[in-house]
Amino acid sequence: MSEFFSGRRETEALTDGEPVTDQLLDQVGEDAERDSQALADQVRRQEAEAAASEQLPVSGARPRSLLGDAWYELRHRPIFWVSSVVIVAVLAIAIFPNAFADVDETSSLTGGCNFDNYLQPPSSQFWFGTDQLGCDVYSLTIFGARPSLAVGLIASLLTVALGSAIGVIAGFYGGWIDAVLSRIVDIFFGLPLLLGGIVVLTAISFPSIWGVVFVLVVLGWVSAARLVRSTTIEAKGQDYVMAARALGASNSRIMWRHVLPNAIGPSIVVAVIGLGVYIGAEATFSYLGLGLQDPDFSWGTMISSAQEVFFQAPWTLLFPAGFLTLTILAFILMGDAVSEALDPKRQK
Amino acid sequence: MAVFESDPVLSESDPVLKVVDLAKDYPITRGILFRKQIGTVSAVDGISFELPRAQTLAIVGESGCGKSTVGRLLVGLERPTRGSVFVDGVDLATLSPKALLAKRRDIQIVLQDPYTSLDPRSTVRKIIGEPFDIHPSALPKGKTKKAMVGELMDRVGLNPEFANRYPHQFSGGQRQRIGIARALALRPKIIIADEPVSALDVSIQAQVMNLLMDLRDDFGLSYVFVSHDLSVVRQIADRVLVMYLGRLAEIGSEPQIFEHSTHPYTQALLSAVPVPDPQHQRERESITLGGDLPSPAAPPSACRFHTRCWKAQEICSIETPLPRQLLGEGHLVACHFAEERSMIGTAAGGGDQAQRREP
Repeated sequence: MSEFFSGRRETEALTDGEPVTDQLLDQVGEDAERDSQALADQVRRQEAEAAASEQLPVSGARPRSLLGDAWYELRHRPIFWVSSVVIVAVLAIAIFPNAFADVDETSSLTGGCNFDNYLQPPSSQFWFGTDQLGCDVYSLTIFGARPSLAVGLIASLLTVALGSAIGVIAGFYGGWIDAVLSRIVDIFFGLPLLLGGIVVLTAISFPSIWGVVFVLVVLGWVSAARLVRSTTIEAKGQDYVMAARALGASNSRIMWRHVLPNAIGPSIVVAVIGLGVYIGAEATFSYLGLGLQDPDFSWGTMISSAQEVFFQAPWTLLFPAGFLTLTILAFILMGDAVSEALDPKRQK
Repeated sequence: MAVFESDPVLSESDPVLKVVDLAKDYPITRGILFRKQIGTVSAVDGISFELPRAQTLAIVGESGCGKSTVGRLLVGLERPTRGSVFVDGVDLATLSPKALLAKRRDIQIVLQDPYTSLDPRSTVRKIIGEPFDIHPSALPKGKTKKAMVGELMDRVGLNPEFANRYPHQFSGGQRQRIGIARALALRPKIIIADEPVSALDVSIQAQVMNLLMDLRDDFGLSYVFVSHDLSVVRQIADRVLVMYLGRLAEIGSEPQIFEHSTHPYTQALLSAVPVPDPQHQRERESITLGGDLPSPAAPPSACRFHTRCWKAQEICSIETPLPRQLLGEGHLVACHFAEERSMIGTAAGGGDQAQRREP
């Protein structure tokens, strides 16, 4: 093999920073080459040390995981803070309603509602007034937060999970799997949410919030699926996927470890915005009498029953509607902030 | 610190890698559900070579000549349309999927662009440790994955303390070192280096080239070095394979190709290499090829180079020139009118330099 090595050029001079091309014609004799070997080794060692001790810029040192990345961007945004204050407050109300109001005030069965208090305007006793059954609107609003938020959270989680899984599979495998899944997505995309929901909820009765959740997930997963499919197609063509494949990584490993973390960002945004939209959709179905049924109630059912007495007692509608709007707004603003934080074009 | 004890394989004379008549056609299709093939792109057509142990074979050619495809075929990223790849005398096509996965440990790839070849959402520890997740048996007994990642980082000149950082926190040269550490983790016999330095600054190129050559000497690695940069190739290559439009133009040892080139295409490539001496640069012959690289979907008949070759005659479009030995041992050229022509640094050119050096 020595015959092949005889023509080899040493590169010690290159470490001085001279362009490689300058060396091309340097006819270094073999003897000189051997003499310079020791020097070359020394230079290389120094260079390796230099490379090893090279300091990285501290200012640029920030995490690059999906969540770490988003958090870095988010914490510099006022909109994020405003919306998170609202969201935290609403979540606290939904999780610990008893800390804010007395559940007895919401049901005539326990004697909390009294017809004597029929449609009382807001006062020091009834902060948000009372409704046509004499129930305290403040207590109803507080206890109505939980079902509203539960519908939004569960529906958007399931939507993104189902949509992402189908989107990743369609985008990753492509071919006929993608063709079939994409046509299914198109079919579901053609179903109008409200009409489809009315049909399903009229035909089948579900306990508690599950009817609304079912409808929202079945009709809502397609947008996440479409989004994740397109980001997957982009991610799977990247070199790091090819590198993993060259190592012998299986399809499922590549899909879940490399493609999904790089493809799911936009669908998280859809989920956060969807949360607000689904809370609104639950209210819409409940307003139409198709969502929660007695004795369950939510902001939607409250708005529904308030419409009959709106001109006599606007507070029965304005307070739950105000909470609903504020909550939806907070989630949509949060979605906006997250969307900008996750935008790969903003990443430095 | 020694990552692995390098075993002395140099005594074995069999080539570690042998490629016979390798070809890759990409179908051009129309339609989604019912694909109809409407044409073929012949990216690689009948490439054969042998790679001895601990040596470097460089594959050179202009963009689109199929040199990267050869690299991908070798690591199994693409399935060859025709031909065989023998690693240590074993034909990869005959292996079961499981045996093929195990065999893949022997042949790894370093990709061109260090900015896209590392998963931006993974830490360096995860990136360099991934080979051990896929091939748990590659982890030496008694060593943790974390320790191995640290040793590998140290070996390629990175501070192991940076293992928890993300790729974007490193410079281009450092990222390429990460890519090299990943390829090195499974202790391969062969590394396919697909233009490993062409995305880097020239000063960084030299450092990475030195690292690659050190690793070759320490671990007895064999490289298939894909590049379009002839000066980089000359630094590292023992043998050089010149490709044109998917076919072999000329193959030979480094001095055979650089100093005694016989194929007109090789000579044209060499004439484009800049020479540091302005006077010599002005005086030397320059060959300018007319036209563009023809489309590989409709390659020219017979000798694919005849549309741009100044030596082309009628026979070139009728009869395909087969690789033949013209000058030295192992020096093959596929041209009807091959003849030696000194392009750089020999006879007259070298003499000039020698005279100027001694005033």
